[in-house]
Amino acid sequence: MKDISCKLLVIGAGPGGYVCAIRAGQMGVDTVIVEARKPGGTCLTIGCIPSKALIHASDEFDAARHMASGGGHLGISVADPKIDLARTVEWKDRIVGRLTTGVSGLLKKAGVKILQGRARFRDGRTVIVATETGDQLIHAENIVIATGSEPVELPRVPFGGKVISSTEALSLSSVPETLAVVGAGYIGLELGTAFAKLGSKVTIIEAAERILPLYDADLTKPVAKRIAELGIELLTGAKVDSLDAKGEQLLVTANDGETRTILADRILVTVGRRPVTEGWGREELVLDMDGRFIRIDDQCRTSMRGIYAIGDVTGEPMLAHRAMAQGEMVAEIIGGEKRSWDKRGIPAVCFTDPEVVSVGMSPDEARRAGLDIKIGQFPFSANGRAMTMDAEAGFVRVAARADNHLVVGIQAVGSGISEMAAAFGLAIEMGARLEDIAGTIHAHPTQGEGFQEAALKGLGHALHI
Amino acid sequence: MGEHVIKLPDVGEGVAEAELVEWHVKVGDLVREDAVLAAVMTDKATVEIPSSVEGEVIWLGAEIGDTVPVGAPIIRIRVQGEGNVQETGQDAPAPAPPQEESGPAASTPKPQAPAKGTAAPDRKQSRAKPAQAANGSAKPSPAVTGAPRPEGEKPIASPAVRLRAREAGVDLRQIHGSGGAGRITHEDLEAFLARGAQTSAGGRRIERNDVEDIKVVGLRRKIAEKMTIAKSRIPHITYVEEIDVTELEDLRAKLNATKPAANAPVRPKLTILAFLMSAMAKAIGEMPQMNALYDDETGVIHRHGGIHIGIAAQTAGGLVVPVVKHVEARDLWDCAIELTRLAEAAKAGTATREELGGSTITITSLGAMGGVATTPVINYPEVAIVGVNKIMMRPMWDGAQFVPRKMMNLSSSFDHRVIDGWDAAVFVQRIKALLETPAMIFIGD
Repeated sequence: MKDISCKLLVIGAGPGGYVCAIRAGQMGVDTVIVEARKPGGTCLTIGCIPSKALIHASDEFDAARHMASGGGHLGISVADPKIDLARTVEWKDRIVGRLTTGVSGLLKKAGVKILQGRARFRDGRTVIVATETGDQLIHAENIVIATGSEPVELPRVPFGGKVISSTEALSLSSVPETLAVVGAGYIGLELGTAFAKLGSKVTIIEAAERILPLYDADLTKPVAKRIAELGIELLTGAKVDSLDAKGEQLLVTANDGETRTILADRILVTVGRRPVTEGWGREELVLDMDGRFIRIDDQCRTSMRGIYAIGDVTGEPMLAHRAMAQGEMVAEIIGGEKRSWDKRGIPAVCFTDPEVVSVGMSPDEARRAGLDIKIGQFPFSANGRAMTMDAEAGFVRVAARADNHLVVGIQAVGSGISEMAAAFGLAIEMGARLEDIAGTIHAHPTQGEGFQEAALKGLGHALHI
Repeated sequence: MGEHVIKLPDVGEGVAEAELVEWHVKVGDLVREDAVLAAVMTDKATVEIPSSVEGEVIWLGAEIGDTVPVGAPIIRIRVQGEGNVQETGQDAPAPAPPQEESGPAASTPKPQAPAKGTAAPDRKQSRAKPAQAANGSAKPSPAVTGAPRPEGEKPIASPAVRLRAREAGVDLRQIHGSGGAGRITHEDLEAFLARGAQTSAGGRRIERNDVEDIKVVGLRRKIAEKMTIAKSRIPHITYVEEIDVTELEDLRAKLNATKPAANAPVRPKLTILAFLMSAMAKAIGEMPQMNALYDDETGVIHRHGGIHIGIAAQTAGGLVVPVVKHVEARDLWDCAIELTRLAEAAKAGTATREELGGSTITITSLGAMGGVATTPVINYPEVAIVGVNKIMMRPMWDGAQFVPRKMMNLSSSFDHRVIDGWDAAVFVQRIKALLETPAMIFIGD
C-alpha cells in the first residue's frame, strides 16, 4: 500500500478527535483521521447519546406507569403501559446511526481523509494503521492522540456473563428484573435510575458515604431523595468483595461490617473510566505522563514535538465537551493561529433525576481557594414554571466573590436543569458579576428565572423568596 | 467641626524642602488616623506623611512634582471637634520653620524619616518606611484608576476579548479593566493597543502617532539632576581593560562549594563584586587619591581614609546606590554579607538614607547584561567609578596556542581634573593584577 503523508493525523474519532479533524480540514490543513470503530467515539456510540435516549424512554415509561397506578395528579389515566426494550434500543441505535453518519459526512465535507483501522505509532512521525486491506503507513507532521477512555474493571468482578459495563447496559434486549449497580458516580446513577424507571429492582453499591461523591451534599440531596422514592436500594460505605463461585451473586460488605449477598440478573460496574494509553504504541514514544494520563501543556502539546493529546487521555474532567474544545484549539494551533487553553469553566452535568449541573467552583472549593464569597440560592419550589411542570425539587446556587461580586461558580439541581448549563457556562466565561445576571431580564415563566433570583439573593434582595 | 492643617514635617538632616511625589488621598476622601496621606522625596529616600487625625480631606496644597518647603501646609482635613486652625477665614499660614511646630498642640505629624546626624535619636525608626520610589513612567494616567490585579488572578474578560488579545499577542494581565470587578472590555483592549502594547510576539504592525508625556518626578528627577551635574562638571576619562578571571572564578566556585564548619556563621554566596571590592580596597591603600570627594567650588579634594564603596543598583523605581561602608575594615565574607543585605534592602525599598549615601568611590555592574564595555558616569563628587562588564569565555593566545579563558572587562571612569590618565591606568592595572592572581588580594604586603 502506498504510504500517506499528511500535515495532521488524528488518532481516534471521538468528540475530541473528530472536532479537531473537522476544524483542521476547514482551515485547509491536510488531515487524516483514524478510527478503529465508528466515528463518534464513546460519547456518540456507547456513552452520552445512547444513555440519554435510554433515560428519556425510561422517564416517559415511568410517567405512564405513574399515571396508570392512579398516582398522577394531572388527571390523565393510562392503562397498563408496557416497555419493549428491544424497540427502545432500536430507536436509540437509529439515533446513534444518524449521528455517526453525520460525523462522517462532516469530516468528508471538511476534506478529511477517514481511515478505518487500528493505529499504532512506529515512531514520533510515523503511524501504521491496520486496515481491512492491510497495513497503511502514514507520515504526519503533527499527530493528535485522542484515544479516549474505557470503563474500569473491578478485578474481583471482571466483565463477562452477567457482569456488564455501561456499553452493554445500553444495548440490553429486555429489562432485567433485578440489577445491581456498583458505583454511585454519575454513570451508575443515571443508568441505575433509568432501569429502576423501566421496572428493574435496582440496588446501588457505593464505597463512599454518599452518592455523587464529587458534588457537595446539598446538591445531591434531591437526587438521593428521588432514588429512595423510586425504590432503589442504596448501600453506601459498602465494599464489593467478589462474585460467588457460580458467578450468580455479588458479595458485599455493608457499612455495618456485615456481608450481604445481592442476587441480580445483571451487575453493572460503573466505578470510573481510565484513559486508553496502551495498545497504540505509546512504548515507541517518550511521552511524559501525569499519573495515568498523558501530560500536556496549555496548548495540548505533549513532551514530544509535533505530538498533541486531547480528551480523556489527558486527564480530568473526562468530558466530551472538554475534548471538543481541546480538539478545536489544537486544530487552530496547527492551522497557524495563536491559541492556548484559557477556559474559565467546564460545565459538568449529571443526567440523574433531578439533573445536576455545576460550572466553576463550588462554595467549598472557593473557600478553600481562599476567597471570601457570597452565596445566593433559589429553590424551584418558589418558581412558577417548575410548579407547572410538576418539578419543584432542587435549586440554583450562585457563588460570587464578596469583594467584587464576580461569579466564581454556579450549581443547580432540578428537572431539565441541564439546559441551563448554557447560561451558567456563559456567565462564568464572560466573567459575569452578580449584578450582570440580576440585571438581565430572564423570560417568565421559565426555570431560568431561578438563576436571576439566585443572583439577586446573593446581592441580598431576591424578589420571590 | 474644625479644620486641621498638616504641614510638611521636618524629615531630618536639615532638609529645607522636599518634593511631593505621590498623593495617597484626594479631596473628599475620609482618612483615619495614621493613614498615609502623601509621599515626599528628600535626597534619596522617600518618606510617607501619615495623618495625625481622622476626618475628610478638603484641600491639597501641592501637586505631584512640586517642591514643598518644610513647614508648609500640604493638606487640610475637616475633623470632628476643634481643629488646629482658627476659624478666622485666613488662608493657610505662611511656611514656618519646623521648630515652631512643637507647640503644646503637638498635632503636627511626627516625622517619619530615618533620623540622621543631629536629628533627635529617639525618633521611632521602626515606623520609618521609605515608600516605593515613584517612577515617572509608572504613574497612572488619569484614565487609569483602580487597583492592579493581584498576582495569579486571571484577568476578567469575555472569550472574544481574550481571543483578540491572544491574536494581537497581548497579555491581558498588562491591561487595566475599566468594567465592574476590573473586567477588560474591547475598548480597554483597543486603548491599550493604541497606546502601544508590549506585544509578546508578532502581531500586526500599526503606525503610531501618539505621544505620552511623563512627568519627571521623584527618584527619576534626582537621577536626572545628579547625572547632569556629573556630566557637565566632570571631564571624564574612561579606561577599559580586560581581566583574566579564570583563576578568580575557580577560587570563587571552590569557596562557594566549601561547606563551612557546623558551628561557623552562615556564609553568603560570594560574587565577583565581593572580590573586586577587596581588590579595590587594596589598590586604594596604595593610591589614596582614588578614594576622594572633589569639592570643585572650594577647590578642595577630601581624601577619605575610610573606603565606602557605593554599588549602583537597579530597582523597580530606578537607579539607587547603596553603600558598603568601611570596606578597608571588612574581609571578603563581610563584604559579601553586607553586599547581599544592601542589595536586598535596595530592591525591597527598605534601605535607609544612611545606607543610600556617603560613598567615596562607586562600582557599577550590569551583571549578566554587562556588555563588552561601558562609559560609567562618575557619582559626583567622587573621582572614580569602576564598571564591571560581563564575564565571557574568549580564546586567548598563551604563546603557543589559543586557550579558552574567562575574560571580564573593567570600564572605569575618572575625574580627569584631579586624576591623570597615567594614574587611572596604574590603578586599573593594579586591580587587574590582584584579580588575575587572587591570592595577592589576601597576602599582606
